[in-house]
Amino acid sequence: MESKKYIDDLTEIKSLMNKSSRFMSLSGLSGILAGIYALIASFIAYKSVSGLAILIALGEPEEQGLFGFISSLLGDYANPLTNRLFLTLVITLLLAIVTGFFFTARKAKKTGEPLWDNSSKRLLRNFAFPLIAGGLFTLVLFQYGIIGLIAPATLIFYGLALVNASKFTLGDIKYLGVANVVLGLTATQFIGYGLYFWALGFGVFHIIYGARMYFKYDRD
Amino acid sequence: MSIINNINKAFDHRIRLGIMSVLMVNESADFKTLKELLGATDGNLASHTKALEKENYIVVQKSFIGRKPNTSYSATTSGRKAFKKHIEAIEKLLGK
Repeated sequence: MESKKYIDDLTEIKSLMNKSSRFMSLSGLSGILAGIYALIASFIAYKSVSGLAILIALGEPEEQGLFGFISSLLGDYANPLTNRLFLTLVITLLLAIVTGFFFTARKAKKTGEPLWDNSSKRLLRNFAFPLIAGGLFTLVLFQYGIIGLIAPATLIFYGLALVNASKFTLGDIKYLGVANVVLGLTATQFIGYGLYFWALGFGVFHIIYGARMYFKYDRD
Repeated sequence: MSIINNINKAFDHRIRLGIMSVLMVNESADFKTLKELLGATDGNLASHTKALEKENYIVVQKSFIGRKPNTSYSATTSGRKAFKKHIEAIEKLLGK
């Protein structure tokens, strides 16, 4: 009878640890790198905007290859500028994800935390949901050619995803999330300057956050 | 020391066991989180956290979030050690 109680105790301990544990191996370094990618991407986008705006004014040439494929994705609103911005966005996102995964896997290995368990799955689920919704919404903005709201929308949805995920990992990412949401909302009032806000949110904020995390958790 | 000695009376209660379990895997947890996780009432949780605090197994941090007072708890090193010992003792007991 006594041992039944202790078995129950152990089960309870296990389930509570599982329910309340957070995935702690997020890497600060990958935050810094993601920020740097975003700054580079912003610069490329800036160059594209200033360069291709003239092209569009002169009448758009038919796009070939990869840009042609994106053109077909974007439908009626495709033009050399939206195509190039779209491609830049996607490549930056992919690079950031791959880098994030690589450094997080490395850190998890170092700290002995399993990379793929309940806590990391829960984190990913909660992060992905607002992000996927935001991604689809951004595609719709591309579809209708509402380019001016793309930077604010990506910032807002990304911020919400971070706030949502913060309960399941290092609590600090909540602040990055709130900062991005506020920045995104602010950006809606400055249409045409989206790129600067984007560079600030995805670039500078990430670098600041990543550095903070790096010095707080990683370095030792 | 015998196995029985390692079974720690301080942890011999569902709520106290729960508090320690949560604090073992979290840097800290606030009162509300603990309440939700353990399904305890305010008074119940408060008396058990006080008991663990008295044993020096957990420490309390009081702060303000905006104007709201926020109480959070974290396990001390001695608390972690004692809890580990307790679990090992249970496991040994069951292993026999």
